[in-house]
Amino acid sequence: MNVLVIDTSNFPLSIAVMNEQAVVAETLINSKKNHSIQAMPAIEALLQSVDLQPKDLDRIVVAKGPGSYTGVRIGVTLAKTLAWTLDIPVVGVSSLASLTGAGRYFDGLVCPVFDARRGQVYTGLYAFKDQQLTEVKEDVNILMETWLDQLAEMNEKVLFTGKDTAVFWELIQSKLGDRAIQSVVTEQVPRASEIGLIGMSMEPGNTHDVVPNYIRLAEAEAKWLERQQGERHE
Amino acid sequence: MGELIMTQHTFVLGIETSCDETAASVVRDGTQILSNVVSSQIESHKRFGGVVPEIASRHHVEQVTYVVEEALVQAGLTIKEIDAIAVTEGPGLVGALIIGVNAAKAIAFAHNIPLVGVHHIAGHIYANRLVKEMKFPLLSLVVSGGHTELVYMKEHGSFEVIGETRDDAAGEAYDKVARTLGLPYPGGPHIDRLAQEGKPSVKLPRAWLEEGSYDFSFSGLKSSVINTLHNAEQRGEEIDPKDLAASFQESVIEVLVTKAERAVKEYKAEQLLLAGGVAANKGLRQRLEETFGDAGSIELIIPPLSLCTDNAAMIAAAGTISFEQGKRSGYALNANPGLELI
Ligand SMILES: [Zn+2]
Repeated sequence: MNVLVIDTSNFPLSIAVMNEQAVVAETLINSKKNHSIQAMPAIEALLQSVDLQPKDLDRIVVAKGPGSYTGVRIGVTLAKTLAWTLDIPVVGVSSLASLTGAGRYFDGLVCPVFDARRGQVYTGLYAFKDQQLTEVKEDVNILMETWLDQLAEMNEKVLFTGKDTAVFWELIQSKLGDRAIQSVVTEQVPRASEIGLIGMSMEPGNTHDVVPNYIRLAEAEAKWLERQQGERHE
Repeated sequence: MGELIMTQHTFVLGIETSCDETAASVVRDGTQILSNVVSSQIESHKRFGGVVPEIASRHHVEQVTYVVEEALVQAGLTIKEIDAIAVTEGPGLVGALIIGVNAAKAIAFAHNIPLVGVHHIAGHIYANRLVKEMKFPLLSLVVSGGHTELVYMKEHGSFEVIGETRDDAAGEAYDKVARTLGLPYPGGPHIDRLAQEGKPSVKLPRAWLEEGSYDFSFSGLKSSVINTLHNAEQRGEEIDPKDLAASFQESVIEVLVTKAERAVKEYKAEQLLLAGGVAANKGLRQRLEETFGDAGSIELIIPPLSLCTDNAAMIAAAGTISFEQGKRSGYALNANPGLELI
């Protein structure tokens, strides 16, 4: 099974070609570029480098969010359109899961973090059981301080991954002390192959209905709902 | 058995996502519509009183493959029979454009089909070719929510903007005036409807600008409408909204049609094409027909309403010309919200 994996959910671009036995090729560009320009040529180059044609693909796996709204949409649009037009399955996997690989042999919980500005993060809580990734707490958009209070109550070691952990490191340590561990620089980057591994065994649904998981409502929508509720209370 | 005559047709798949319509279409030879699918989001945006870019982008990513599939099914073609993919690359909302552009790139790449980026306004102009063959030189009056332009074309694929708005687009002015009159979004059609019932009895300015200029300006007119209402209110007078709408529309149409008439003479145009969403305006259509009707040496083309508002058939039509002229876009094609028409 030739699987193409696409992750454009934050500013790094990560693409992989893999099968059940091996990661055949993987691209990682960890510098701020425009995915709308770069992703398609990067996919073309990666496939070409391993002598694969689009028609040789059997499945597509995509990071479906959370992350940058536009970034996630570019990946999901490319993935679902390729899958639809090639008539192959596509599955969406949490973008946070691409940062969990560092915790595979770690005895504790894995917490990938994306900075969501104003003290907020996109995060989730994962653990490996027999090297299989399991979800402990669903992906959320939350104030980092509130999230850390929840983690502190769990009394377990937590491995924080992703480059944005640096932004919160002092706060993390103040809440979790020695139980907080920070991954090193080589493990701070998203790895498309990690979500490929998860997506390879997932049951695909209807291709048309693969959509981003933004977690947040669009700002205008949230404000509109607030207003509606305000009016109802008057 | 009779002789089998093979005719070589060009089939172009068009994709358009520049604002709040997710659209796909298949056009044969740049002139015949085989399918024209539009998924409108207008109901989603109504409650916000205008298009919300983030919400538009979310809808596009949900709709895009459904719409493209439907366009192929209705055309009775498979993707392998498509000769080129044309997609709107700009201008428009960047986040919205990105969805169409990336979907188009994915299909082009998957089947190694030539890809052409299309200017949205070139699309609006080429909607006319789906009605009648173009004759050059021609002039096109482009009037939409974002644009008011007079475009001169000496041949296929060649565009020269000879006049454009210096402030608000005509459609924008319509929406703002409609809001002032308390009409629901989108306001243009409501003003047009009211104007049909009213009399242009309120004195409003016409912005002719410098002698010889083909440029437009509608912000002064818009302010004048707002001031007129405001002053009447202060004096405790009532102005009939129908008359105000008719007066506003009269001012817009008089300037548009007069400038178009002058340009047609100066450029010795064979045809005058109406393009853009405001081309749906009844008042504007009527006046153009009266002015250019059967009488003169010029041919007036006004596309049906379904081809005036945003659609992908017009993008496929414009893309067919680019494709035939050998223009190609690479996989680094990007959304370009400020794209110039050249
Ligand atoms: Zn338009």
